[in-house]
Amino acid sequence: MFDIERWQEIFDTIRKNKLRTFLTGLSVASGIFILVILLGFGQGMQNGIAKEFASDASNRIWVWTQVTTKEYKGLNPGRPIALKNENYQYVTQQFARQLEDRSPVFRVRDVVVNYKKETLGYSVQGIGSDYQFIENQFLSQGRYINPKDEQNTAKVVLVSNKIKKEVFPEGVDPLGEYLDISGIKFQIIGIYGDQGGEREEDRIFIPVTTAQKVFNGANRVDNLSFTLQPAASFDEAVDASMKFTEDLKTYLREAHTVAPDDPSAINVFNTLEEARRYYGLTGNIRLFFWFVGICTIIAGVVGVSNIMLIVVKERTREIGIRKALGARPWGVVGMILHEAIFITAISGFTGLILSMGLLELIGPHVEVDYIVNPSVNFNVALSTVFLLIIAGAVAGFFPAWRAANIHTIDALRDE
Amino acid sequence: MIEIKDLHKSYTMGSNVLHVLKGINFKAEDGELVAIMGSSGSGKSTLLNILGMLDEADSGEYTLDGVPIRDLTETKAAKYRNKFLGFVFQSFNLINYKNALENVALPLYYQRMPRKERHDKAMKYLEQVGLKEWAHHLPSELSGGQKQRVAIARAMAAEPKLLLADEPTGALDSTTSYEVMDLIQKINDAGNTILVVTHEEDIAHMCKRIIHLRDGVIVKDEKVEQVRASAYV
Repeated sequence: MFDIERWQEIFDTIRKNKLRTFLTGLSVASGIFILVILLGFGQGMQNGIAKEFASDASNRIWVWTQVTTKEYKGLNPGRPIALKNENYQYVTQQFARQLEDRSPVFRVRDVVVNYKKETLGYSVQGIGSDYQFIENQFLSQGRYINPKDEQNTAKVVLVSNKIKKEVFPEGVDPLGEYLDISGIKFQIIGIYGDQGGEREEDRIFIPVTTAQKVFNGANRVDNLSFTLQPAASFDEAVDASMKFTEDLKTYLREAHTVAPDDPSAINVFNTLEEARRYYGLTGNIRLFFWFVGICTIIAGVVGVSNIMLIVVKERTREIGIRKALGARPWGVVGMILHEAIFITAISGFTGLILSMGLLELIGPHVEVDYIVNPSVNFNVALSTVFLLIIAGAVAGFFPAWRAANIHTIDALRDE
Repeated sequence: MIEIKDLHKSYTMGSNVLHVLKGINFKAEDGELVAIMGSSGSGKSTLLNILGMLDEADSGEYTLDGVPIRDLTETKAAKYRNKFLGFVFQSFNLINYKNALENVALPLYYQRMPRKERHDKAMKYLEQVGLKEWAHHLPSELSGGQKQRVAIARAMAAEPKLLLADEPTGALDSTTSYEVMDLIQKINDAGNTILVVTHEEDIAHMCKRIIHLRDGVIVKDEKVEQVRASAYV
């Protein structure tokens, strides 16, 4: 290994067989390169999906209603179900210990929103003060709707960063300005943003009590939204939220006289359950990328083995000459393997550095849905390089050993 | 120097057994220049390969410089070849990606001689065969005669006890052949033992002794009046 004479002999050989060296190196380097890029994008996909879930609180539970589809206790199917304030109050009291955040949602319909002379096309929703945490919103300016606003049925309104950008001229501070909702003035008290990006910023929020009172909502609500107290583990959290979902459905069905097996009258969307499916999906995606990666490596190993076979075949005569001049079989095998390992290692690391460099360079700028910051575990990449080196050495060993052990005279006759 | 007793060798070709050497006996002393003559198929190349430890006999004794050569493993054969023997082949067998100097230096590498030293020595031998100016040329840039001279320099660089030449002039025209034979004669004049396998009458007569081989047996072993190759050059 540290025989300087041998290194010189190997460098001589490499220098004088540039094409062969280049081709061997290229196949190794490209194999590693492709693998690292693939693994990087697998990771990027996982990051991307994790980010999609950041748009809402990850343990959000959301209730909405539709018409009944089954006859039950003498009531006809096709009956619309409307949630009531009582339902919301009952649930918040009954499950107080499990809930972290809670808010009813009342969608204000058929209203016109004006700012000065301009008519705005955003939807208006009445919400509670916890809604910020359920939707994972942040405040850019001012304050959120608070319990006092709800008590006082205050005519206050929240707009989003997007709305601020689209509606208010440069230099005008929206805070304290008034929006006109169907002829009633609402003062802007805060500007929110949403982790989920601009598509979640198309809504104007007012206190739910105000919405019900001013816009003829009586005691109806459209949705109930909750988050649960954090649990010790992901699985426990999923179990707890599944149980809560079931309890919630049972209660609401009873309260509204809905058949227990009606599939669509009472609906509860549970993010955690979705999250579990998505995490399962990302796991599968990762598995897929690993599978493709391993196939790439196998292709790389086959390629390297192939080249080693050809190299040894091509050098059979040279091996014969060297043996006629006094080379020992092991010396010949050692020399060929030494060279092969050296080339594979250098080109393997080149591929590794290039691909990781590329990921480092473009990774942070990748802004596609579901792919965020593709990156790769350095240790994984490093082990694949070593795997390829070992594979190349093993693949080179057998033909080299055979070539070194055929009779010198046969090797010399090899054309 | 060489002593061979009752050497037999046969090859199996499918179901046929080809008996190539059928009991060869001869001795060669130090400083001899022996031609082994015979038509193709007479077994002369096989004999040379056995003498060169490139091939093994089925039975018989072979003693080289007092060392009995038997039970050869590849490693042992490699060691003996490096120590005792120099080879010159019909097809030169130079390594095509190494220049003349590196080719000549190669056997010295296997003698574990340091780089600087072996290059100096290789250069000395290249000078002896008149190719000093061509030291850094690749084999592909040399003529046939030059290639064979490089091969001879390579064979001599290891300072072998015995030089084995297998049809050294077989791939060369007659003028070049005489140049190469002139070189071989000079090396022999310096006291080296040389065995030349050839089927050419004139080449054989440039040696001091001719062994005629036919169908695997020696039919004639004669001392001859050496014809100096320099007379033709």
